[in-house]
Amino acid sequence: MTTHLHAPTPYDADARGWFGGPEGFGGRFMPEALVAALDELTVAWQDAMADPAFLAEFDAILRDYAGVPSSLYFAERLSDKVGARILLKREDLNHTGAHKIRNVLGQALLTKRMGKTRVIAETGAGQHGVASATAAAYFGLDCTVYMGSVDTKRQALNVARMHLLGAKVVAVDSGSATLKDAINEALRDWVSSVDHTAYLFGTAAGPHPFPTMVREFCRGIGDEARAQVLEQYGALPDAIVACVGGGSNAIGLFTAFLEDEDVAIYGFEAGGDGFETGRHAATIHAGERGVLHGARTFVLQDEDGQTVESHSISAGLDYPGVGPQHSYLADIGRATYEPVTDAEAMDAMALLARTEGIIPAIESAHALAGALRLAEGRQGQTILVNLSGRGDKDMGTALEYFHLGEADAETGDVE
Amino acid sequence: MSVSTAFEKARADGRAALIGYLPAGYPDVDGSIEALKAMVAAGCDVIEVGLAYSDPVMDGPVIQAAVQHALEGGVRTDDVFRVVEAVAATGTPTLVMTSWNPVERHGVERFAQRLHDAGGAGLITPDVTPEVVPEWIAAADARDLDKVFLVAPSSTDERIAMTTSNCRGFVYATGIMGVTGTTQATAAGVAPLIARTRLTTQLPIGVGVGVSTGAQAAELSEHVDGVIVGTAFVRALDSGLPALTALTEELAAGVRRA
Repeated sequence: MTTHLHAPTPYDADARGWFGGPEGFGGRFMPEALVAALDELTVAWQDAMADPAFLAEFDAILRDYAGVPSSLYFAERLSDKVGARILLKREDLNHTGAHKIRNVLGQALLTKRMGKTRVIAETGAGQHGVASATAAAYFGLDCTVYMGSVDTKRQALNVARMHLLGAKVVAVDSGSATLKDAINEALRDWVSSVDHTAYLFGTAAGPHPFPTMVREFCRGIGDEARAQVLEQYGALPDAIVACVGGGSNAIGLFTAFLEDEDVAIYGFEAGGDGFETGRHAATIHAGERGVLHGARTFVLQDEDGQTVESHSISAGLDYPGVGPQHSYLADIGRATYEPVTDAEAMDAMALLARTEGIIPAIESAHALAGALRLAEGRQGQTILVNLSGRGDKDMGTALEYFHLGEADAETGDVE
Repeated sequence: MSVSTAFEKARADGRAALIGYLPAGYPDVDGSIEALKAMVAAGCDVIEVGLAYSDPVMDGPVIQAAVQHALEGGVRTDDVFRVVEAVAATGTPTLVMTSWNPVERHGVERFAQRLHDAGGAGLITPDVTPEVVPEWIAAADARDLDKVFLVAPSSTDERIAMTTSNCRGFVYATGIMGVTGTTQATAAGVAPLIARTRLTTQLPIGVGVGVSTGAQAAELSEHVDGVIVGTAFVRALDSGLPALTALTEELAAGVRRA
C-alpha cells in the first residue's frame, strides 16, 4: 500500500480545518502562543505528503518495522455462531499491538524532518504512549508521555513498557486524572517547549491540522482493508465497524469507504455502565456541540460548558470528546454511532477469545460487540470489523472482571 | 465602562495600570467578591474575574487548582455575573477572563448581554484567536464591550496586526512562552514583543503571564501600559486577606516606581 496525499472529497475539512464549514466541526480553538507551531506543522506536513521520498520512507518503515499491511482475517467459527460473515482487520498484529503505531511513525518521521529533537504525547490506555515511546526510540528522540494517574494504575504494564523504551512518564493528578487531563497537561508542556518539541497527538481530535493529519497517517487501515476485501471476496462489505473514543482507528478505517454509499458505517462508543446511568463515554450519542482540546465537536458537558467526566472499562475510550470528523459524519448521517456497554464489550472479548483464539483489546471488543449486535439484522451479510488492538494490556482488567484464577465457590474448580 | 478609562488615568499619572485576576468562587463566591474588593481598595486599576473551566490550557498549576476548587464548590456561570456586578459597582473596570467553551455554551449573545447588564467591561479569551470567534466580536461591538485577545512571543507580525485590529480596551501580551505562574517575565524578554505590537496599534498594552513581584512590576512598567498579575494573587489569598492587600500594595507601588 502506497501512502500519498489524496484528492479532496466532500467529507474532508477545508483549509482551516472545518468539517462542514465554520458552522460545523473542527477548526482551531487554541492559544495564540501555539498558532505559529500549528501553522508550521501544517505546512511541514503538507510539504512532506507531497514529497515522494518522505512517503517512500514512511511506507518502508511501516512495512519493515511495523508489520503493515495487517491481514484481513475471516473469523469463521465466530461467523458460524452469529450468522453473518465477520472479517477482522488485524491491526492487533502490528508492532506494539495496535493501529497506533501507524500514526506515531508518521508524526515522528515528520518531527525528524522538521528538525525537532523532543516529542511529547498523551495516553489513556497506554497504547499511544507505548507507540510514541517506540517511535522515539526508533528515531532517537527524547520522549515524555503524559498519562492520568488513574490510568497509570489500571495500565501499569504499559507504563513499564514506556519506561523500558526510555520515555519519561508523567502521572497527571488534575481533574478526573484520565485521558482528557493528560491532553491538557501535554498542551501546557507544548506552550512552553514548542520551539524544539513536537506534540505527537494520539487521536484524530484536537486543533487543525491534527484531525486530518492523524487520519491520513491511519488511513492505510481502510485503504488496505478495502483492497483486501475486494481481492479476497470480490465485493465490498455490507457494513464496516470500529470503536470510537477519540476515533483514530475508526476514521482510519472509514475514510476509504466514505464514498462507497452502499457500505454502512458504524462507530461504537463506550456505553460504560449503560447510557441511562450517566456513567459512560458515549460522546456523539449523548454529547452536545462544544469546544474541547482545540476543536468544535460533540462534548460530554453540563449546562455551563464544563466537561462531564466520562466512564468506561476501557481507558482508551474513556474520553468526553471525539474527533470532529466523526461529529460531522454523524451530523450528516453518513455514519451511525451507538453505545456499547462495558458488559457487552467484555462478553465479546471472551467470545472472540474462545471461538477464534484471539484476545482483543477492550477497545476493539466494543467494535466487535457492536458487530455482533448488527449481525442479528444482517444475516448472511459481510461485516468488516477493525480489530484495532490486542488485549495483552487489558489482562489485569479481564482478570478482575471475569474473576480469572479464582476457585469457584461451589465446585472448587479454578476458572 | 471600558478599561481604557483606567489606562488613561494611569497614563495621566505617569505610571502603568495594575490589573489583578482571581477566579470567581475562590475560595467561595462571597469570598471572591470580598477578595476582589480588597484588591480594588489596595490599588488595582482593573479587575479580571476568572470564570472557572474544567479543562484550561493556559492556566498553570496554582490557578488550575484554585479553579478546580471553585468548580468543586459549585460555582456556576450565573455566579460569575454576580461577582462582576459587585466588583464593577466599585467603579473599577471589570473584565471576565475564561476559556471559550463556557461562553459558547452559555450562548455568545446571551453571555455578552448578561456581561453588559452586570456592568462588565469586556472579556479576555486566552484560548481563542480573533479569526475563530467572529460571533463574539459582533456581539461585543454591538454592546461596546472590550475584546481582549492575546499576542505571544511566537506570533508573526502579520498575526499581531490582525489580533490588535480586533482588540478593544487593551492588548494582552504574554510575557513568556508558557502557562501562568511558572516562569518569571523580564522586561528584556518581553521588549521585542511589545515593540512589535506597538507598531500595529494605539491601544494600551498589558503584560501578563509570569509577573508576580513589585520589582518585576516596576521593571515592566517602563515598557508597558499595564501589568497583569494572577497566580501571585491566588497564592497570597491562600494566606488571607491581609496578605492579599499587602501584595496588591507592593505591586501598586511597583507600577508607580518606574
